[in-house]
Amino acid sequence: MIIQLKDVDYIYNPGTPFEKKALDGINLEIEEGEFIGLIGHTGSGKSTLVQHLNGLMKPTKGKIIIDGQDLSSKETKMKIIRQKVGLVFQYPEHQLFEETIYKDIAFGPKNLGLKDDEIEQRVRDAMELVGLDFEELKERSPFELSGGQKRRVAIAGVIAMKPKVLILDEPTAGLDPKGRDDILDEIRKIYDKEMITIILVSHSMEDIARLVNRIFVMHKGKVALDGPTREIFTRTDELEAMGLGIPQITKFMKTFKSRGHVIRDDVLTVEEAKVEILNYLRSKKDA
Amino acid sequence: MLKDITIGQYFPGTSIVHKLDPRVKIIIVALFIASLFFVTNFVPYIFILAFIAGVISIAKLPVKFIIKGLKPLMFIILITFAINLFMTKGEVLVELGPLAITKEGLRQSVFMALRLVFLITGTSLLTLTTSPIALTDGIERLLSPFKRIGLPSHELAMMMTIALRFIPTLLEETDKIMKAQMARGADFESGNILSRAKNLVPLLVPLFINAFRRADELATAMEARCYRGGDGRTRLNELKFVTRDYAVLTGMTLFFAAIVSTRYIW
Repeated sequence: MIIQLKDVDYIYNPGTPFEKKALDGINLEIEEGEFIGLIGHTGSGKSTLVQHLNGLMKPTKGKIIIDGQDLSSKETKMKIIRQKVGLVFQYPEHQLFEETIYKDIAFGPKNLGLKDDEIEQRVRDAMELVGLDFEELKERSPFELSGGQKRRVAIAGVIAMKPKVLILDEPTAGLDPKGRDDILDEIRKIYDKEMITIILVSHSMEDIARLVNRIFVMHKGKVALDGPTREIFTRTDELEAMGLGIPQITKFMKTFKSRGHVIRDDVLTVEEAKVEILNYLRSKKDA
Repeated sequence: MLKDITIGQYFPGTSIVHKLDPRVKIIIVALFIASLFFVTNFVPYIFILAFIAGVISIAKLPVKFIIKGLKPLMFIILITFAINLFMTKGEVLVELGPLAITKEGLRQSVFMALRLVFLITGTSLLTLTTSPIALTDGIERLLSPFKRIGLPSHELAMMMTIALRFIPTLLEETDKIMKAQMARGADFESGNILSRAKNLVPLLVPLFINAFRRADELATAMEARCYRGGDGRTRLNELKFVTRDYAVLTGMTLFFAAIVSTRYIW
């Protein structure tokens, strides 16, 4: 078990009129190698939760154990935790600051105290993983790039620390459809290649359905649902009651089935639906 | 950590202090500041303290909040205290090498530190009980007589509104970038002054870039809604003095006149 949360509470601005319970009795267990989707309405506590996972925020109550280390214990070195759990914030391109892309990506590894040749290797690998050309871009300023490219640089900056758990908070927010697909493909590639645990926070049910194998649904500071992707997306009513939905294609199949067609309705992607519909039409023709 | 800064923050409420005309509150704060500098004695401080305590209790502000607002300025208060303590000549009480604490120094340093504390809390009472919009409306109206001599009162007020409005946004942004860099192993809390200053680069560069970007966006958004300065602009809520405002203003003017007079009586 790489991440474990026990009865975690977090309260913002305690003792003022702005007091707000952002996390309420969170219990979670995440195994190594899982690809997790974290969904929930705006203000449901997703961002607060992920910031607890690398010690940027401290729980008001409860315990967080990362890779066997208790975050509240004094002996736990935050630097090690932050290396283990890489967090890519929303709009990560807003954190770029260096003169060159190379230097910006090298910022994390440098803080880890690595040697220069190791740093270079890591920058090279990280840039390749997110689809950036090392030789062409390393000496360029990150501020000259397009939005999608900047975001890649920022993600590479976290990957270069070689985390065991990679958390991405809305990595596709504000990107065009092509940029979105590219980033998601790269995340998939990172998962397949590096065999790490990934937590993807997203508002897009399509993105989640395409990538993850387990879903946490947050609602009002609590984990309302937790289960395999397919199973979660069959619970349409509960999701809709929380202001969420299911992927368009899943919804389509559900409606299709409700009109009397004998068809599976737990599909997650258009490709799956295509195969299912073709099979159905063929079987009808044969019959 | 940065969220602890409460200067300029508005604390919503429905008390009479909150409802008072912002012009009245601004004038009272100006009188408050001026009269503080007339005080030469500890006795009037009791009344000043009573005034502050009174406003806090009427406005139902949590005392914790006020104390928290003093924290970031603790350093300046301490320096003032130390300088006054060691630099005032007079009857020596304790000698520490080249430094000497005098009786007058002790009195002076406590006096000055208290003056600073009162100044800060007194002025923060204004921003805590007045929404930024009301505050700038008040400033604009108070400055409008000076328009005739070329003072751009509306523009000044607008600049102030925007600055006040963006303090929490900038703090939030600072917090966010700090966290993002800490997630990449940045360290903002240890090392000597030089390395700490150097460690701030990853924070300051993105902060400035974002601030300029935001300023640009705001200017565009304002122009898109046909903003072009103060001339001929009408407002939704006109400020109007009511009996309550006249009463409070008169009462407070007398109170501060009394405080000022203590300088000449004692």
